Amino acid sequence: MTVLEYMKDHLLFLDGGMGSLLQNMGIKPGEHPERWSVSHPEIIEQIHLDYFNAGCNVVNTNCFGANTLKFDAEECDRIIKASIENAKRAAARSTNPEPKFVALDIGPCGKLLKPYGDLDFEDAVECFAGMVRSGVKHGADLIFIETMNDSYETKAALLAAKENSDLPVFVSNAYGEDGKLMTGATPAAMVAMIEGMGADAIGCNCSLGPAQLRGVVDELLANASIPVMLKPNAGLPKDVDGRAVYDVLPDEFAEEIVTQIKAGVRVAGGCCGTTPEYIKALTSKAEGLEPLPVYPKNKTVVSSYTHAVEFAESPILIGERINPTGKKRFKQALIEKDIDYILQEGVNQQDAGVQILDVNVGLPDIDEVSMLNNVMYELQAIINLPLQIDTADAVAMEKALRRYNGKAMINSVNGKEESMKAIFPLVKKYGGVVVALTLDEGGIPATAEGRIAIAKKILETAASYGIDKKDIIFDTLAMTISADPAAALATLKSLEYIKNEMGCHTSLGVSNISFGLPKREGVNSTFFAMALERGLSAAIMNPYATDMLKVYYAYRALHNLDENCADYIEFATNLVETAAAPAQAAAAKTPEDFKSQLQKAIVKGLKDQAAEVTGQLLATTDALEIIQQEIIPALDIVGKGFEEKTVYLPQLLMSAEAAKASFEVIKANMPSGQSIDKFPMVIATVHGDIHDIGKNIVKLLLENYGFKVIDLGKDVPPADIVAAVIENKAPVCGLSALMTTTVPAMEETIKLLAEQAPWCKVVVGGAVLNEDYANRIGAGKYAKDAMDTVRFADSVEI
Amino acid sequence: MTDTVFIKNYIEPPFDTSEILRYMGCKEADPEVLKLVEGCINEVRSSLTYRVCYRQFTITEKDGSLDLAFVVSQSEGLRRNLGGCKSLILFAATIGLEIDRLIAKYGRLSPSKALCFQAIGAERIESLCKSFNDDMKETLAKSGFGTRPRFSPGYGDFPLEVQKDVFRVLNPAKNIGLSLNDSLLMTPSKSVTAIIGISEGSQSCIANERCDKCDKTDCTFRRL
Repeated sequence: MTVLEYMKDHLLFLDGGMGSLLQNMGIKPGEHPERWSVSHPEIIEQIHLDYFNAGCNVVNTNCFGANTLKFDAEECDRIIKASIENAKRAAARSTNPEPKFVALDIGPCGKLLKPYGDLDFEDAVECFAGMVRSGVKHGADLIFIETMNDSYETKAALLAAKENSDLPVFVSNAYGEDGKLMTGATPAAMVAMIEGMGADAIGCNCSLGPAQLRGVVDELLANASIPVMLKPNAGLPKDVDGRAVYDVLPDEFAEEIVTQIKAGVRVAGGCCGTTPEYIKALTSKAEGLEPLPVYPKNKTVVSSYTHAVEFAESPILIGERINPTGKKRFKQALIEKDIDYILQEGVNQQDAGVQILDVNVGLPDIDEVSMLNNVMYELQAIINLPLQIDTADAVAMEKALRRYNGKAMINSVNGKEESMKAIFPLVKKYGGVVVALTLDEGGIPATAEGRIAIAKKILETAASYGIDKKDIIFDTLAMTISADPAAALATLKSLEYIKNEMGCHTSLGVSNISFGLPKREGVNSTFFAMALERGLSAAIMNPYATDMLKVYYAYRALHNLDENCADYIEFATNLVETAAAPAQAAAAKTPEDFKSQLQKAIVKGLKDQAAEVTGQLLATTDALEIIQQEIIPALDIVGKGFEEKTVYLPQLLMSAEAAKASFEVIKANMPSGQSIDKFPMVIATVHGDIHDIGKNIVKLLLENYGFKVIDLGKDVPPADIVAAVIENKAPVCGLSALMTTTVPAMEETIKLLAEQAPWCKVVVGGAVLNEDYANRIGAGKYAKDAMDTVRFADSVEI
Repeated sequence: MTDTVFIKNYIEPPFDTSEILRYMGCKEADPEVLKLVEGCINEVRSSLTYRVCYRQFTITEKDGSLDLAFVVSQSEGLRRNLGGCKSLILFAATIGLEIDRLIAKYGRLSPSKALCFQAIGAERIESLCKSFNDDMKETLAKSGFGTRPRFSPGYGDFPLEVQKDVFRVLNPAKNIGLSLNDSLLMTPSKSVTAIIGISEGSQSCIANERCDKCDKTDCTFRRL
């Protein structure tokens, strides 16, 4: 009998703590407990045996951290082999008549993944894959991923388990007192991702006592369609006369868990501080209890690394602005790899209120696979909204889905055989909610009936891949009414049918409806309202279109989806304020002792005002004149003040940001092909160093002064810096380091530059450097601060 | 000595705006800067956590070195700090990852805000260490012990390499969500690991723990 068969109609009991028992047996502080599987097999076997005899069905092998980041590969395999053998011997010896299973225990690898740590996602997958392969080889019955406090690492481990075995996989996370993982994910977000990838059970363990985990368990139970596990600590350790005492005793522990079994938990055991006595108390108290059935929740959910977004009654807004189609400035950003511009577009949409961001970076002549992957990674470093991966390139799609932290939205599949064959296996493997377009080899049917037929075909095919209809959202394709007056009605009719008769969620790219018509806003927002009323679940839209937002907030208020109309009132209030703001700005027209209003806005660091005034000036003044007569003199006032120590760093930066806002307006209005840049300059924080605030400040100021900055980011290998200098024929390269330990990397970079790009002058800066040190490592110039770098760059003759 | 790592969560210590301004390199603040600081505090405040894990170790003399039970130290600086102590508290403290996310976000989009969040983070983690220190001082005083100023790996001749041993024995990844990378830097970045010497007699050392112990006399942030 397999563990999954047994679980169908039994509660499954897990073991309790291992570490605290080993401490009693004399393990030294800091000693690796995993090694005891090999050095003290009889002790480990005895602990397993005590747990089995206390009534548990599954013991976790003593190989929590037996991965290649801590041990060499050969030792890992040896530890895992011994760990499984110890547990199997204990199972054979146990007097417990119930079926017994041995779980390959996989704990966190000990390092945090990028972008916050330094471990690459694929390296983490490979690290866990080694454990899984050993576990399979030596006969584990199931895989138990536990104590994970980061969603991304959880994904890496689960992916490794799925790619290297057919064993059942249980996944358990360690939640903090705030009910979230250390990196921020809620239980609902973890359910979305873990269930989407096909785990067999989900739960929580460690960190807290059983009562404190109740909220987490409730959220898991409310969202999961697979069995829920609870494996808490015996409370928290208290210092009693220098001895550690856990504050929840066996009876109290067991009683609390039984309460939660009655609420739906089907798999239970203990973690730190629990002993066979706790498990005995639990199995005795739970005797005769029947597990509650697991029923499918049928929720359509996507997630980010922090939270889940559910498609339900309240409509979902998907921001469409990360897309080069028809956007000159965005295309330029993609070509120049100006990721910051794209990030800003993401942040602006989040501020405008969208719940999901569509990400499309497809452009002829760019490497979409790496660009999509890179943009997604950068977006996930700073924006916590779930993403909708939007690409027609199946390779780019797979790579993005693999590395996405959460359960992504996938845009899109359609009724063509070829499309379904490419996309459905990805949905099955990585999880996700896929947008299905109702078109196929025959094109887009003109009638609702034709689109509904395609939708049915798509659902059937998805089912054959094991994909549930809850993970499919249909887009019945808004086509412009300027070409076909019946187009809107066909879209709406099929939408209504799919929602009500087929029970699937729907999404539309609303604004297509008015293509070719004048004053499109009214048509778009009316169509949006009509579609919502017929059951539209989500809209891919421009969140800066106020008319669309008016419909969205009003619809929610009218449908009793907005308690006390609070969201509507907040939206409406902001709307009034924004409308009033220009009037105020216009009223404050005294430039005081400043030459002009733009100069004042920049010197005072007023971003919005700087942008607005620049826009007004452009109507009457040439762009270059604005730069020469207004922006640069303003920057000089502040820069000089900074050098004379009458202006401090924050003020300098606020002014620089205001100037940048002004430049953005100028760039957006610049005819394509024309550039205002001085020479290109490559900057980077050197290899091994992750401190980039100083470098970012330098970048901002250099851009202000008209340099084209190629920012390679942080922790950049010397060869990459040299390659960028050569590619851009950069006359100057700026290197930053904060730590003494990374100065050698700086020196190495300078050496390599001297060999391969001898024309390039190197300016260095950072907390550990000074004039002397800079000379010693061969730098051409030491800059004491950002202004110093600007002055140096300006002095370079080319 | 106990063989268990203890975990504590603290409530938000009061904010010290003048410290935040000092970390920002701002000797006097104009209203726009104060507005910036205030806005950033409001943005980050609810997402900060104040977590510490700690463990006690005994100190023994061993061939002219100090055996701290988790590492053997040759550091003269640490020896001076721990003079007369028979045991110590080793702790790791963090204010969580959210502030790093904000620093990363605004590092890309608004360096002035990134600078401000850096400064807030520095002030917060210092305040958390102070809360923990005060707490330990009070607890130990009851049993007739005092405390020494905290001393971290990387101070003076106490090598940063010791971080590896600290992480081995405190397991802060599991206990408070703090991890160490290959360059011996911690994530979340606004975190501290340190030793607090436990001295006989309830008198605690009240020496200024910061600038006057530091050799870098030309530092921008040095307190006069």
